[in-house]
Amino acid sequence: MDAPEHAWTLTSNRTGDGALELRLGGSWRSADHLPSSEALLRHFPSDSSVSQIRFDSAGVTAWNTGLVIFARRVLEFAKSKSIAVDRGGLPEGVRRLLDLAAAVPAQKDTGRHGEIPPFLTRTGLRAQEIARGFPEMLRFVGEATVALGRLARGKAQFRRTDLYLVIQQVGPDALPIVSLISFLVGVILAYMGAMQLAQFGAQIFIADLVGIGMVREIGALMTGVIVAGRTGASFAAELGTMQVNEEIDAFKTLGISPMDFLVLPRLLALALMMPLLTLYSGIVGVFAGMFVCAITFDIGVFEYFHQTVRALDLRQFLIGMFKGTVYGILVALAGCLRGIQCGRSAQAVGEATTSAVVTAILFIVIAASALTIMFQKLDL
Amino acid sequence: MTAAAPAQVKQAQQPVIRVEHLTMAYGDFVVQRDLSFDVHPGEIFIVMGGSGCGKSTLLRHLVGLKTPMQGRVLYHDVDFWGATDDERELMKRRFGVSYQSGALWSSLTLAENVALPLTEYTDLSAVEIGEIVSLKLALVGLAGFEEFYPSELSGGMLKRAGLARAMALDPEILFFDEPSAGLDPISSRRLDDLILEIRDSLGATVVVVTHELPSIFAIGDNAVLLDAETHAMIASGNPRVLREQSPNPKVREFLNRGEAA
Repeated sequence: MDAPEHAWTLTSNRTGDGALELRLGGSWRSADHLPSSEALLRHFPSDSSVSQIRFDSAGVTAWNTGLVIFARRVLEFAKSKSIAVDRGGLPEGVRRLLDLAAAVPAQKDTGRHGEIPPFLTRTGLRAQEIARGFPEMLRFVGEATVALGRLARGKAQFRRTDLYLVIQQVGPDALPIVSLISFLVGVILAYMGAMQLAQFGAQIFIADLVGIGMVREIGALMTGVIVAGRTGASFAAELGTMQVNEEIDAFKTLGISPMDFLVLPRLLALALMMPLLTLYSGIVGVFAGMFVCAITFDIGVFEYFHQTVRALDLRQFLIGMFKGTVYGILVALAGCLRGIQCGRSAQAVGEATTSAVVTAILFIVIAASALTIMFQKLDL
Repeated sequence: MTAAAPAQVKQAQQPVIRVEHLTMAYGDFVVQRDLSFDVHPGEIFIVMGGSGCGKSTLLRHLVGLKTPMQGRVLYHDVDFWGATDDERELMKRRFGVSYQSGALWSSLTLAENVALPLTEYTDLSAVEIGEIVSLKLALVGLAGFEEFYPSELSGGMLKRAGLARAMALDPEILFFDEPSAGLDPISSRRLDDLILEIRDSLGATVVVVTHELPSIFAIGDNAVLLDAETHAMIASGNPRVLREQSPNPKVREFLNRGEAA
């Protein structure tokens, strides 16, 4: 293999009876760069007078499947020229492998020849696929609602411990990241507001801006996005892997609804935890504003606190928590929906997770716009 | 790369794999202690034992997925775990491993699965690789399935495709983890025949982890039996001989399906 010259040798000679004998020698392994079909062609006279091909492999010192591949090339060539081949001269192992490879006929008409349909067809197919997705989503939401009904009547089949476990995962375990993001967003809001308000000498209204902004709007939005990335993705990956392992099928055959057993605890956990996380996020944001003001804008902590208390009333908190709850339900639905729809491969789990996060964030932003406009119109 | 000239019998006495006083453990839990055996060239070597005895763990030690707690694994007298990482990578290239449920990469088609080791470790052209891929798939009876994804195949087909991938580089040693688990008797028999045929024609050494008695007797030249209770090897030798003549009743019981110990 180290020599620049080929490790194999191939010579041919015509025998008296019109046959062509291929004499092989040396090492015939895949890594030896064996002769190509074109190189093989050079051994054949152009007058197509060869009646039979024979092999003489007495000089072969080493071989592996590379030699089998070479033999298959010769066979294919001979078939195209309708020349008979005498395999007798090949090593016995090669003959057996050739038989083995030919034992099961190739699967034909598998309908895949890698043809990519034209652009319009692809657009149409994609559009149909998306259109098919809507009823599926509606059905999922419907089933979840029915499952909630069963829960209200105390007939849902799920284990309390599962609910507590999910609550632990989505609520308390998310506190560090929610604290960090809320604090930083509070700092950004305070700074941004200060720039503008300083022009009127009204820095004290930073407290109003940060307070109302965080508690009513941004706390819920940021928590929603964090939970979508953290919990929504984990729901989709978990349920998707269960789908791959046929665990969801196992529930179905036992007559246990995956909706009750898997989706309900997750939905409930998020619906319960999201308002609390939102409340917490708002409070952390207010503290961030207080911190910024005390350090850079010379507004005292008490002053800031009083201004915040004046600006906020219970309504702001309730609106924020309501939004948080809605986002939580949307995240849970998106995560569980994509998880349950997951295909049966590792790749499909990845796609389900991506799609869950994208869907959840999309839903959150749409809901945020709709709710904000709605509350404005209602004068709340 | 294998020098697979079938006439190569002269070195038959030197083992391909030698396991010396191998002790395997997960943390403090010792799975098997003090295993020693040899695998000779061209042999079909069976690692057998009941569920949970550490058969698959032994395989993981042999192919480099898990480090031994004590003892050595030698390939042609070279200490596998004592070698540097680079040397070990080179040694691993002479193995082919066929996993329990195929372990095919689900984002790649069968052809891409088989081609990956070839594109990574050889300088063959795309055309040559294509030819090798279709030969290997034809050998396992999957000709024409090149463009299928693993998720579109049945369990038995996945196993055979996994074998085609394991054979991609013409390995000197082929490892099988539970080749017949989950297969119907006929597919299982065909896979056994395929293993025999590959050994006979390419001269590969084969190590099989299994507890399927029909396969053990059909293909095994040599075997070790691991015991879950004593965490030790309780028999070694030709399984057909052990079945009749082992002095240990536990061994005869295992090899006779629990009847007439």
